[in-house]
Amino acid sequence: MREILELLERDSSLSHDTIATMLGLPVEEVSARIAEWEASGVIRRYKAVVNWEAVDDAIAREKVVAFIDVSVAPARGVGFDDVALRISRFDEVTSVHLVSGGHDLRCTVVGRDIRAVSDFVSQRLSTIDRVMSTATHFVLKTHKRDGDVFAEPEPDHRLRVTP
Amino acid sequence: MKPLNEVIAACPPSGIRRFFDIAAEMDDVISLGVGEPDFVTPWRIREAGIYALEHGYTTYTSNAGLPALRMLICSDLQQRYSAEYEWDTECLITTGVSEGLDLALRVLLNPGDEVIVPEPCYVAYEPCVAFAGGTTVRVPTRWEDRFTVDVDVVAAAITPRTKAILIGSPANPTGAVQPRETLQALARLAEKHDLYLISDEIYDRLTYNGSHTCLGAIPEARDRTIVLGGFSKAQAMTGWRVGWICAPQAIAELCVRVHQYTMLCAPHVSQLAAVEALTSAETDVSEMVADYDRRRRVFVKGLREIGLECPEPDGAFYAFPSIRSSGLDSETFAERLLKEQGVAVVPGNVFGPSGEGHVRCSYATALPQLETAVDRMAAFLQNL
Ligand SMILES: Cc1ncc(COP(=O)(O)O)c(C=O)c1O
Repeated sequence: MREILELLERDSSLSHDTIATMLGLPVEEVSARIAEWEASGVIRRYKAVVNWEAVDDAIAREKVVAFIDVSVAPARGVGFDDVALRISRFDEVTSVHLVSGGHDLRCTVVGRDIRAVSDFVSQRLSTIDRVMSTATHFVLKTHKRDGDVFAEPEPDHRLRVTP
Repeated sequence: MKPLNEVIAACPPSGIRRFFDIAAEMDDVISLGVGEPDFVTPWRIREAGIYALEHGYTTYTSNAGLPALRMLICSDLQQRYSAEYEWDTECLITTGVSEGLDLALRVLLNPGDEVIVPEPCYVAYEPCVAFAGGTTVRVPTRWEDRFTVDVDVVAAAITPRTKAILIGSPANPTGAVQPRETLQALARLAEKHDLYLISDEIYDRLTYNGSHTCLGAIPEARDRTIVLGGFSKAQAMTGWRVGWICAPQAIAELCVRVHQYTMLCAPHVSQLAAVEALTSAETDVSEMVADYDRRRRVFVKGLREIGLECPEPDGAFYAFPSIRSSGLDSETFAERLLKEQGVAVVPGNVFGPSGEGHVRCSYATALPQLETAVDRMAAFLQNL
């Protein structure tokens, strides 16, 4: 069953039929499992991995990503959870992790330009109660994300017919 | 001028070559004609190769190959298949199974000796037997038996000149895996008639229904068997040219004797990459095997749905469907399929007469391409 999830995580466009054939399972069983996972939230949604830097449209391409490290004063009973949740609710924020090390939360923020991201950090993030400090790292270039390397794929170097 | 070597001059060029020439000229070809993985070598292995180059491992190694690599190969054979070989006296590193096959035949054969070869089989077997001065005696296998070897048919082919039996399992081009009982029966037959066995086990890791039997692990076979293996298929290392021979000491010694003069040693960098392959690439290998298995299921189902009967291929990465329902012979089928629909397959008759009526399709190809290939084959069959 774990294999179904692994296949979908790699390619969510696979049909239930193909998955069933690949794994030698009845298609009804595959569909039932997937429906269960969708209902219970194990499968959150299906999406495409987009390399925005390769999009041939200057406006669409214009996107700034930054990692923001946030130090938070923990509170009795909730620790960092309430602050993490408040940050998570902003649409500009695409990921939030509690991490070990010098800071407490590591967030990813996406904006139209540097200005938009800085404004968000100074006006929205830093002003949340118990946020003590932030450190912003703008992304200059993405080489790999979520298992996808964004370098030009190598062509198939094999000869077309070999023994 | 004086005539060139008559054995070599008499050896026909590979039937695969012609299809390569046609396919190379065309655009938009989906090739199911490739006998090698579509994966590139796993990065950790390539990285080890880069490290080896960077640090100047650009020299010869000992003739038999790096001790570390031979130790790893022998312990792998022991753990996986319970086959026991001494790394220092019974194992040598070759430039692929290709060289291993050549060495094995040269060491075994005297002029006129016969080698029994079940076919359809890998294209190099028969020429290599001839180059080593021997004569191939083909024995057919039938798709009704899923290309397993009929030991009675082999027995009937034995003559006083028979020196060895050469088998490849899992097999190129049929994907057939010989059952353990068949190998045991062959071993008993070899013992009875005092024959050697050459076992090409290059696809050992690529089995999908049950596991591989190493011929060297069968007691009756052990002392008369040469096992050939390598890294080209499971580790996706075709271009590195590295493989191995495991055989009883007397045979292994003579293999090293030829190898030391004709090859000197396998490439040092490739041997180090192979060390990495055996020490840390197990996860990569099992992921690739799982991937082949999934594509195999999708592809075989697709072939059957468009009306091509396809015996279940249990190993390697080839399907060998029957194309008799098309009314065409293998060559015509393959040539027209390529020209009319841009799908390259290899006609089954190039692998031996029993391959007639079949084509070899490699499913070491990305899934969307396999699906398109099946669609195009369906269109081809419909337009016949
Ligand atoms: C059955 C068989 N044996 C041997 C070889 C050659 O292997 P290597 O790359 O190790 O020389 C191949 C390659 O296609 C093969 O299919």
